[in-house]
Amino acid sequence: MSAAVQTAPVRRSVSGLVMVSALAVVILCLLALLAPLIAPYDPLAQSVLARLKGPSAAHWLGTDQFGRDLLSRILHGMRASLGIAAGAVGVALLVGGTLGLLAAYYRGWTERIVMRLMDVIFAFPVMLLAIGIIAMLGPGSGPTAIAIAVVYTPIFARLLRGPALVITTSDYVAGARAIGASDARIIFSHVLPNLASVILVQTSLLLSAAILVEASLSFLGLGTQPPTPSLGMMLSEGRNVLLLSPWAAVFSGMAILIIAFALNLLGDVLRDALDPRLT
Amino acid sequence: MRFLRTRLIDLVLVMIGVSILTFLMIRLIPGDAVAIMLGANTEVTADRVAALRGRLGLDQPIWVQYVSWIGGVLGGDLGVSIWTKRPVLDEIIGHVWPTLQLTGLALAIGAGLAVPLGVLMARLRGRGWDVGLQIGSVAGLTIPSFWLGIMLILALTVLAPEWQVLGYVPFSQDPVGNIQRLILPALVLALPILANLARLVRSAMLDALQQDYIRSARARGASETAILFKHALRNALIPFVTSVGIMTGYLLGGAIVVEQVFAIPGLGRLILGAIAERNYPLVQATILVVTFTFVMVNFAVDLLYALIDPRVRT
Repeated sequence: MSAAVQTAPVRRSVSGLVMVSALAVVILCLLALLAPLIAPYDPLAQSVLARLKGPSAAHWLGTDQFGRDLLSRILHGMRASLGIAAGAVGVALLVGGTLGLLAAYYRGWTERIVMRLMDVIFAFPVMLLAIGIIAMLGPGSGPTAIAIAVVYTPIFARLLRGPALVITTSDYVAGARAIGASDARIIFSHVLPNLASVILVQTSLLLSAAILVEASLSFLGLGTQPPTPSLGMMLSEGRNVLLLSPWAAVFSGMAILIIAFALNLLGDVLRDALDPRLT
Repeated sequence: MRFLRTRLIDLVLVMIGVSILTFLMIRLIPGDAVAIMLGANTEVTADRVAALRGRLGLDQPIWVQYVSWIGGVLGGDLGVSIWTKRPVLDEIIGHVWPTLQLTGLALAIGAGLAVPLGVLMARLRGRGWDVGLQIGSVAGLTIPSFWLGIMLILALTVLAPEWQVLGYVPFSQDPVGNIQRLILPALVLALPILANLARLVRSAMLDALQQDYIRSARARGASETAILFKHALRNALIPFVTSVGIMTGYLLGGAIVVEQVFAIPGLGRLILGAIAERNYPLVQATILVVTFTFVMVNFAVDLLYALIDPRVRT
């Protein structure tokens, strides 16, 4: 775009929103982590007498068609969803980020081959490739995590290659090289720290997206398998009894929305706060 | 011309890559893919395994398999469905229209509403509005489409029981029923791209409004409307067009989920059904066709981009 230097566009002071969204993410992570301790019931315990009940003092969010406590199932489902999303995005960051840095640092054939491969993976629509990978590996949480990791790897590779390229060709890296710094030292102490904010923002946004992909896959019956509680599967089961008792569908979907929203908002406000150029 | 040539080379390379990855799908299945496929529907016997392996060409060297498969694909032969023995291409053609219509409608809604909404949002300035619009657009991006769809179905079942929400009828048979059934799924599918694109239009407009040429236009006495729509919007369209290309990927993937919610017999249903009966050749062919479509759309967008913005042509 044009690089005209002008009076700065309206700068928002977003520190309030940063705090609120960061706090929301922390609370959600704590709820998920502590699910086994704070869930009022065993998420798998069935009760014939308490089937399809609405919210009550005993069951805050109601029960599902087997009389299982929805709140307990949602807490455990959040734990599974966040675990899968975090694992998958972590692997994508590690693999994709490494490939992107290697491409930027070594250029030449390394760069051409790596980035071509990334282009090819990136050419598939995300959900379609994820479904294809699960079709191969069979449904389950492991394959879901692998599928999400694969589809997000090229995003990190592309994201980190550009800025890494700018940094590796900068004067201070040339300086570091001149005084005899090793490749590893240059990458870890000069290139990576400068990419921290980009990584943080993108990780947060992709975690949000990964939560939605994981929930979609579970909803389609390809992700986490019953009886393990998962938010997408709960929504899909809730749909079957929608007119009898909409609570399972309503609350499990809201849980997915809240997690995805908090993570996305965090990434969004961090982007504004850390780097106003990246909008 | 050089631009066109490099883009064409990129296109061919990506398509070859996509075809190789898709081809390898069946070959990378852990365990004996043929036995797994057969196990979905019949008893697995050594004879049946050998017969199916021969029919799929899996007993030949891998590069021979690829060459004969890609040769078939280029000639419009995507193989035969292992259970119905119908050509896979026929199965895909039989399911392609609902998906095309759904994604097309969603794209039209999302991109069409994004421009006026983004322009409107660009006029709402100030801290309260900024925060409100940010929260609104993040919510639009992250509401799970399948959940929103189910909630809308629930609401309509209660409020307007006579409204036909589920299923699909071809436009040629019943135009009103067709649109009536497709409008909700299309809206649900369109919401994230609407949020994304409207925000993009807004920030591009705000960016454009800071530029010198806008000030010149204003100094010349151009009306506020002319400035917004003629000068600023034009500039905002460039990133908009690129994003629309990327959004098609989301739409084609998201359609799989939304079709499932609204019981639309499109490609999503086809591919999920194929996975359930482990009909790998059908899964493979559907992925290939949809991905090629996505790649072609992005290629077209790149060309369009060069047309709008002469700077990228060099």
